[in-house]
Amino acid sequence: MPKIIKDLNVVEDSWQVWRDTETLPATGDYIVPLSLWQAHKEELLALGNIAVFLASDQSPKLLGTDVQSFTLIAVDFPKFADGRGFSYGRELREQHGFTGELRAIGDFMRDQLYFLKRCGFNSFALQSDELDEALASFHDFSDAYQPSIDQALPIFRRR
Amino acid sequence: MYAYDQFDRQLVSQRVAQFRDQTQRYLAGKISDEQFLPLRLQNGLYIQRLAPMLRIAVPYGTLNAEQLRKLASITRKYDKGYAHISTRQNVQLNWPKLEEVPDILQELAEVEMHAVQTSGNCIRNVTADQFSGVAADEVEDARAYCEIIRQWSTFHPEFAFLPRKFKIAVCGSESDRAAVMVHDIGLQIVKDAAGNTAFKVIVGGGLGRTPVIGSVIHEALEPKHLLTYLEAILRVYNQLGRRDNKFKARIKILVRAMGAEVFKADVEKEWAHIKDGALSLTDKEISRAQSFFQPPAYESLPQQDMQALALEDADFARWLQHNTHAHKVSGYRIVTLALKTTGVAPGDVTAEQLEVIADLGERYGFGEIRSTHQQNIVLPDVRQQDLLALWKELVELEVASPVVGTLNDIICCPGGDFCSLANAKSIPIAEAIQRRFEDLDYVYDLGEIELNISGCMNACGHHHIGNIGILGVDKKGQEFYQVSLGGSQGLDASIGKILGPSFAQDEVPNVIEKVLETFVSLRQPEERFLDTFRRVGIDPFKERAYA
Repeated sequence: MPKIIKDLNVVEDSWQVWRDTETLPATGDYIVPLSLWQAHKEELLALGNIAVFLASDQSPKLLGTDVQSFTLIAVDFPKFADGRGFSYGRELREQHGFTGELRAIGDFMRDQLYFLKRCGFNSFALQSDELDEALASFHDFSDAYQPSIDQALPIFRRR
Repeated sequence: MYAYDQFDRQLVSQRVAQFRDQTQRYLAGKISDEQFLPLRLQNGLYIQRLAPMLRIAVPYGTLNAEQLRKLASITRKYDKGYAHISTRQNVQLNWPKLEEVPDILQELAEVEMHAVQTSGNCIRNVTADQFSGVAADEVEDARAYCEIIRQWSTFHPEFAFLPRKFKIAVCGSESDRAAVMVHDIGLQIVKDAAGNTAFKVIVGGGLGRTPVIGSVIHEALEPKHLLTYLEAILRVYNQLGRRDNKFKARIKILVRAMGAEVFKADVEKEWAHIKDGALSLTDKEISRAQSFFQPPAYESLPQQDMQALALEDADFARWLQHNTHAHKVSGYRIVTLALKTTGVAPGDVTAEQLEVIADLGERYGFGEIRSTHQQNIVLPDVRQQDLLALWKELVELEVASPVVGTLNDIICCPGGDFCSLANAKSIPIAEAIQRRFEDLDYVYDLGEIELNISGCMNACGHHHIGNIGILGVDKKGQEFYQVSLGGSQGLDASIGKILGPSFAQDEVPNVIEKVLETFVSLRQPEERFLDTFRRVGIDPFKERAYA
């Protein structure tokens, strides 16, 4: 089973990312594209555990009230330099009240883990052979100026 | 100036450790070139034509003597004994070694300096009027708000991978010396009818290959909302800014495509979620920030008669007129040190000069030194009675060229001599122009003229807003120069109009001379170049230049 980082630990993971937007996967735990979900909700739910991922040009607003029906939502990073997903993470947590597993998938890198975590992500399908080493990057900084998901108050309210 | 507490110090030192680790992993082949690129850029490190370039942050252009001495020592130890003041008030080293950069950053941290977010697609070093806190025409000191913005933007988790770089400038005086109309966000401090401080918020200005004057989206934002409003703007931009074409990725393109009204409506929608949340500024925080920028212990001094002072010496008189500015405190004057010696790249300053300037800052002031976006250095608090003595020392130091605000106060990017982006050299153009117009009486007769040179359309030399702008272009592998006229910074900012086909390098001084002759023949008494240009338009200049 492939390994991911979840809640600051390296764990085995059964979710598979299904990128095909036309055809449905077989039974199993799949993270599917938003458009596939929207077109085939009932059929997908019959297959097993289903989660959805947002492409980098898909705002969480597109999920509508479905947000609360998922235990896992993923955000895809097609390129690590595409930082839209950082805003999507915060929006899911802060504006849509999503409390389930928020996973980064795609081409993000180890050196973004600290910021991703601050933006509300708690699981990371990091493409790396050195997941254990990568855990160190969550601790690049011990505190921050800005409020975000992991720290509700800016430093100026705590100084 | 702002002094770090334990929290700020810890953060900067953790940043040094982070980058040291990233550099080691890169050198060990564990981080690809592509992945290392944004990491090094967000620590100010470019890979240039000849060597890496390290851009050190000078938040809103404020430095102290100890920092200047540290910079001098770093340039000796790790570089070639000189530094360069950039057009964003930062300090650049042109010859550091990649593997030594973490050590440089560590030394900088000792004096509360860093290179954080001086490059890359993130919120850059916030800039301000270099006369903040001392200008006679000041509405309110911008620096406390700059520091508040600096802290908010430093390691902002959401905005480190924006579509493109993002620059914020704050101006607190009536005349704009921070170019707020041509920044991604410009903030102009204003007072409402009741005398309360507010910010006029301008978005979507910019230079580069598509110069745009920004749009006002808020006339009077209350200070407590400053950060939540900025965060809302950035959040909209981060999600909607174009990422498919780096030349169309700046916020100016988004604002123009959406229309300022629609953009504003999106910002307000986003703002509604966070408006009175934890990021709202408290009175306590604003007072805390302001406490670092209280006026120093000025003496009670009479205002001196500047004209009488000028009788001391003709050269001194010229310097006094051009290189000093009115101070808001009686008996004091603001002094600009011109880093514009002919034959030296504009903005370059040697380690020896930095050390002497540090001493001068202490002896003729309160140890504070400013860098300017015109690539000069400012001593903000000089007693008028000391001006003559200071001038003599500055002459000795070769930073007293009495050219501030004139044709020879050229703004110039490093250009093709250093920069790998450049299409053409810019420093030799600056030098050729300075040599052509060595006759200072002629230069003074011309009055206030800004001449800005960029070696490519990234426009680091701000050529679009120069009264005379020169842009290096590549024409079939040859370096050519396009001339534009009528640009200006300030609240009535305008983008220069292109004169016509570009010129070969050796033609440039002649063309500038023709432009100036045209101006002299058409100007009305006491008219500035910009005013004449706005009155007569580009045609007379064009006819003469291409005759």
